[in-house]
Amino acid sequence: MTGARTAPNGDGPLLDITGLAVDFDTEDGVVHAVKGVDLSLGAGEILALCGESGCGKSVTAMSIPGLLPRGARISGSVKLEGRELTTLPARALRDVRGKEISMVFQEPMTSLNPSFTVGYQLGEVLRRHEGMSRGQARARSVELLDLVGIPAPDRRIKEYPHQLSGGMRQRVMIAIAVACSPKVLIADEPTTALDVTIQAGVLDVFRDLRDRLGTAIILITHDLSVVADIADRAIVMYAGRAVEQAPVTELFARPRHPYTMGLMKALPAAVTAAGVGERPRLAEIPGMVPTPMTDPDECAFQPRCPRAEPDCTASRPILEKAVSESPADGHTVACFHPLEGEGR
Amino acid sequence: MIWFILRRAGAASIVLFLASVMIFLGIRALPGDPAVAMAGEEATPEAVAAIRAQYGLDQPLPVQYADYVTQTLTGNLGRSTQDKLPVADILAQRLPVTLELAAIAIVIAVTIGLLAGIVAAVQSGRFFDYVANAIGLVGLSVPHFWLGLLAILLFSVTLRWLPASGYVPFSEDPAGNLQRMLLPAVVLGTGFAAALMRQTRSAMLGALTADYVRTARSKGLSERKVVAVHALRNSLTTVVTVLGLQLGVLISGAVVTEQIFVIPGFGKLTVDAVLTRNYPVIQAVVLVVVVGYVLINLLVDIAYAALNPRIRFGGGADG
Ligand SMILES: Nc1ncnc2c1ncn2[C@@H]1O[C@H](COP(=O)(O)OP(=O)(O)OP(=O)(O)O)[C@@H](O)[C@H]1O
Ligand SMILES: [Mg+2]
Repeated sequence: MTGARTAPNGDGPLLDITGLAVDFDTEDGVVHAVKGVDLSLGAGEILALCGESGCGKSVTAMSIPGLLPRGARISGSVKLEGRELTTLPARALRDVRGKEISMVFQEPMTSLNPSFTVGYQLGEVLRRHEGMSRGQARARSVELLDLVGIPAPDRRIKEYPHQLSGGMRQRVMIAIAVACSPKVLIADEPTTALDVTIQAGVLDVFRDLRDRLGTAIILITHDLSVVADIADRAIVMYAGRAVEQAPVTELFARPRHPYTMGLMKALPAAVTAAGVGERPRLAEIPGMVPTPMTDPDECAFQPRCPRAEPDCTASRPILEKAVSESPADGHTVACFHPLEGEGR
Repeated sequence: MIWFILRRAGAASIVLFLASVMIFLGIRALPGDPAVAMAGEEATPEAVAAIRAQYGLDQPLPVQYADYVTQTLTGNLGRSTQDKLPVADILAQRLPVTLELAAIAIVIAVTIGLLAGIVAAVQSGRFFDYVANAIGLVGLSVPHFWLGLLAILLFSVTLRWLPASGYVPFSEDPAGNLQRMLLPAVVLGTGFAAALMRQTRSAMLGALTADYVRTARSKGLSERKVVAVHALRNSLTTVVTVLGLQLGVLISGAVVTEQIFVIPGFGKLTVDAVLTRNYPVIQAVVLVVVVGYVLINLLVDIAYAALNPRIRFGGGADG
């Protein structure tokens, strides 16, 4: 299960993002949250998006179904099965949202409406896209809650979000997101509020969705054990750009970017491409993340980089094949002095 | 929910009890002999003595209070010192007029205030938002009497669209009644609408940037549903709160408005009673206002709980 498989129609990936950049106009000036991300996702592929806090993972994710707040300026292209989403009329985009592309947001506590029952909020998306009646939506909602491992679902659907724990709310969000069997599921830290056994259950739901329906998944996570467990491919982001991209086995075996290496360094040896350890978190890397207000023409990681050379400030490295003979969907890295793949 | 209502109703009855004690003591704490005050200043000593006996003023205070409560509960509010009519009859005649005026004013205010607030929030930073805000600010700061005079000058004197003053009971001439009520109701509702507009706007602005609204959009719901269902539902608590707070303003506004438009309602009754020192009427008026206030607050609390599942199911002492 590696590499960007093509869409069912065969002419290109399911989701194709090129040159995605997002700026926010704020009172303090322009924030360059995402500065040019290319990303392609094949049907049935699970792609992990990792990187430190503030590197632009959530903004990248939300720009795909056009859910960024009003002050955001997006440029670049987002294509779903060849259809450009950034210029799609609002009405057509609404048919895509929740049906073809759905999202699990990072904030489980506040993402459900406090004034409506779980059943209403879950049934809403079924009635919108599947044309279900209230009764049908209700029955299906119970099934969905059961699917994501919520006990006594027929009772829970009558409850309000404040009656549910954070982990429970997160699973309701996941149930909403998978309700209409989307082609692309974007999950932003979907397992952070969950304990390990429930997390495993949720990952099984994702895996099942992929196996049964070929749903492609973009999984944003800090948890490298989750990456190793479920993802086919991973993109490492730093300061609004992708700095390394590779199949997960390859990335864990031979990280090329000094930043990726730094992230993995403190991991217990148990986490390999195949194994899952004790939920290790991304390691702390000394130094500060650069401000998103400026974007100098240099390697953004160079101030913190143990391998930095004078040429790292002369221009900005682009994402290139790490090794010339690597396969087309292989390993790419944006670094002038990458590690030679000596492993860890 | 039933528990909640019972609890609030219990609290309300305590407030009513305290208020009745204060009204009872208040009228007796007035300088001079209350019997003299009630009988009127030119009354003969015999009349004063009659009053004293009639009202049981020669009895001890607790007995007097018990008597006052029973009399009030059985609808005996005494007689007006002016025309000697039973106060209860006067209230029965005047209150509906004011209630109609207030009801029309509230309907106008809620319709305009709510809609303008929602649109201003959705259009925030655009033309409609600025216009609505400017009008809202004016609406909040203009006093009723000035607005009333202006309205009479414009619509009655200059344009001659609506009558300047007067009152016809609804039962006699519905169209004429509404025609005469429209202008005063607009005048009365303006400040209300403005306050409601501003509060609705800011509540909606908050709701529209909330995470759950983003979730609603991520489901592919229409913008109309996102605004009218998801955002508005969470803003309605604000609306109910404003509604409750503004009712005090509405009562004082009714007094002024009825005076300007010469409407024989409760407000005008109050002013006339104060000017003629008609104590039985004043006492009844205060009682009605207090009861009205307590009931309205009870309704607001219940509406608040009905809108907010955290209160409905929370079960906390303060909801
Ligand atoms: N609405 C906004 N207005 C202004 N700046 C924003 C906004 N949303 C995000 N940003 C900025 O964009 C950058 C990227 O934010 P983003 O939320 O994508 O980070 P992230 O990688 O998801 O981090 P985390 O792991 O903490 O979730 C940050 O610098 C953030 O402050
Ligand atoms: Mg994030």
